Amino acid sequence: MTDETALLSPSPARPVREGEGGGRGQVWRSRRYRWDLRFSPYAFVAPFFLFFAAFGLFPLLYTGWAALHQVELTDPDSMTWVGLKNFTRLWDDEFFWNALRNTVTIGLLSTVPQLLIALGLAHLLNYRLRGSAFFRVAVLTPYATSVAAATLVFVLLFGRDYGMVNWALSGLGFGPVDWQNGPLASQVAVSTIVVWRWTGYNALIYLAAMQAVPGELYESAELDGASRWRQFVHVTVPSLRPTIFFTCVVSTIGATQLFGEPLLFNGGAGATGGSDHQFQTLGLYLYEQGWVNLHLGRASAIAWAMFLILLLIAGAARLLRGRGEAR
Amino acid sequence: MRSLRAGRLTYVILGVFTLGSLFPLVWTAIAASRNNTRLAQTPPPFWFGGNLGRNLSVAWTDANMGTALLNTVVVAGTVAAGTVVFSTLAGFAFARLRFRGSRVLLTLVVGTMLIPPQLSVVPLYMLIAELSWTDRLQSVILPTLVSAFGVFFMRQYLAQALPMELVEAARTDGASSLRIVWHVVFPAARPAMAVLGMLTFVMAWNDFFWPIVALTQNGSPTVQVALTGLGRGYIPDQSVIMAGALLGTLPLLLVFLLFGRQIVGGIMQGAVKG
Repeated sequence: MTDETALLSPSPARPVREGEGGGRGQVWRSRRYRWDLRFSPYAFVAPFFLFFAAFGLFPLLYTGWAALHQVELTDPDSMTWVGLKNFTRLWDDEFFWNALRNTVTIGLLSTVPQLLIALGLAHLLNYRLRGSAFFRVAVLTPYATSVAAATLVFVLLFGRDYGMVNWALSGLGFGPVDWQNGPLASQVAVSTIVVWRWTGYNALIYLAAMQAVPGELYESAELDGASRWRQFVHVTVPSLRPTIFFTCVVSTIGATQLFGEPLLFNGGAGATGGSDHQFQTLGLYLYEQGWVNLHLGRASAIAWAMFLILLLIAGAARLLRGRGEAR
Repeated sequence: MRSLRAGRLTYVILGVFTLGSLFPLVWTAIAASRNNTRLAQTPPPFWFGGNLGRNLSVAWTDANMGTALLNTVVVAGTVAAGTVVFSTLAGFAFARLRFRGSRVLLTLVVGTMLIPPQLSVVPLYMLIAELSWTDRLQSVILPTLVSAFGVFFMRQYLAQALPMELVEAARTDGASSLRIVWHVVFPAARPAMAVLGMLTFVMAWNDFFWPIVALTQNGSPTVQVALTGLGRGYIPDQSVIMAGALLGTLPLLLVFLLFGRQIVGGIMQGAVKG
């Protein structure tokens, strides 16, 4: 604390060079010095807040306003007040509920395996390994691949007639799966892309947390005769609980916003999410309403609905976490 | 920290994961070196063919890849540089300077991380349409030029890596805040700045939702937007699409090859402290 107060007041020990002292110059200098101390911190944090106000806060509030209007993409300046009509429309809109259902299913299909695999992978990476740096970089590589590139490749791998996945399945004696049109199959395929891109990233986050677990915990567990599996279940996983919670929240937010994968898995057929909307997510539906059907007001209403859903999930998570910590 | 030695099974399982991670990328290159007819046959090709050059040049012209790559470099480079500089400045202020309201402001910064980006897409689009920025790169650059994660990341780092005495000594010498930033803060923050820069670069390079909204496709797209154009043909040529995917991914893979270990370290560091 003392050093911080020292920072606030100009130090008396400041050397005054020859020729710079004297009268107005010195007054001016010391005034400039005080101003510098007082205002520089604000100048340093200002860019963040200025950009956020212009491109984050203003749009955020404006979305709520736009959701209460009829606005068309072709003429964004003319807004007609419609009250809650955009929201009541959504309530009766079967495509909205379909998109919500798909978002939940694909979210579960991608988040749950992704985090479970990541946990196991992190456990393996935590052993003393030859070439551990290589393995870490290798499992992270998909993270460097864009949604667009990854999805285009997986479209080919999941092709019905000549795709590699079906070729391998037929080798194992299973019939061809229609990965693009089967309702569940297409959702599994879309989820696979997400799992592929993000598992390594989450594994590294778990690994970092595992390395912070104190070794004594394992030593005493070992003295008690706990097997490696039991150590994993009773020492590693409980120590990682905050990190697991964190990754669950981040992945859930990501899953709610899923967009690029279902858009491009459609093979250029637009934002419908498959011939029968079988993998249209909320993010994709927002895009379809706003930029294909040109209804910006309705798109705003969908955005707010997504936000409310996220708030609900966050509330539920808080409740769960509170209970977990009380134990 | 525990360091049990890995058994043979561990290597086998990790090998399988490595294969699973890398295979789709390798196969992109294999498919890009074949032709459309060969890709429509079973079994799928497992080794390289002789069409790579032709496919790359078709993808290059069809998707206007030269411009798209240049645009993406400009976008990702500017966003990364801006994020790094602004985050370091704000992180320094939050970590080492005392000023009224700093706590509240820092809470606000962290709070903004909770806002889903979709919520701002519609009005953001209306805003850039109003400014006639559609199809211009600044419509993608400016909204992502600052990052709450970046500010928080740099604050955490500087709180550890920048001793108070150093800042104090510079003050005693009569250095202005700006001089301190230049001569003390930036050198101390360099490792974290590099990591944040690379993470931001990767994210900006791969960004998809906002660019596809803001950059209509006959204008000046980024690589990600340009790639979606390749699949739109009457009979899409899959080998050309794969060549395009390869072109869009290679630069980042190169970055990964060179700085992979630092990026891994940065993610793990951010995870523990964030």
